[in-house]
Amino acid sequence: MAEKEKMSLVIYSGNLDSALAGFMLATTGASMGMEVSMFFTFWGLNIIKKNEGGIKSKGLVRKMLNFMNRGGSKRLKMSRFNMLGMGTGMMKGLMKDINMPSVDEFITLAKSIGVKMYACTTSCGMMGLDESSFRSEVDDMVGAAFFLGEARKSKVSLFI
Amino acid sequence: MKADQRLDCIGLYCPMPIVKTAERIKQLKQGQVLEVVADDIGIKGDMPAWCEATGHEFLGLEEAAGEIRVYIKKTHD
Repeated sequence: MAEKEKMSLVIYSGNLDSALAGFMLATTGASMGMEVSMFFTFWGLNIIKKNEGGIKSKGLVRKMLNFMNRGGSKRLKMSRFNMLGMGTGMMKGLMKDINMPSVDEFITLAKSIGVKMYACTTSCGMMGLDESSFRSEVDDMVGAAFFLGEARKSKVSLFI
Repeated sequence: MKADQRLDCIGLYCPMPIVKTAERIKQLKQGQVLEVVADDIGIKGDMPAWCEATGHEFLGLEEAAGEIRVYIKKTHD
């Protein structure tokens, strides 16, 4: 059997719409027989954090940051027209209307079809997050060199 | 066109028809034909691309009354 083509995605943004874009591409890639890795960094970490339970971190700034970014995939906002949550609510309604999976459902789906999901160690260090902050689908906490090791072997490399 | 199995993707948008096709093709034996029915026009381009990437054979498509039927032959496991 021929070796699988690789696909790497950096997920830097933590918005509902960009998360959907990332997962749609990742799941399509996996369905086309590609070996897909998603590298969540910076705001992208908000997508893979646990939905319930707060983050315990040290320092006032980190505590404020993690409070403002509380929640996981279910609490992501639209990058535009969030309108204090109304726009995001309307978008979720549109998604339901066309049977589009939610980000939460996409994470489960991606895991089930072999997409690898990684959290960036440096962003975690900065924001005071660790393994316990993330949901079970996350495979590991890795660094930039690990990601670039995958990216340099990948046919498709994307920054979302 | 005759098919061994049928996958209904009406009401589903890209990438769901492709994701479901990838899952369903595992249930077919080599040489069998899968019929995928969808109403998202994206499937017209998605399915040939999926076949090219996975090595399965794109047999063709039929369109009628807003429904698009694509036929794929499983060529390997």
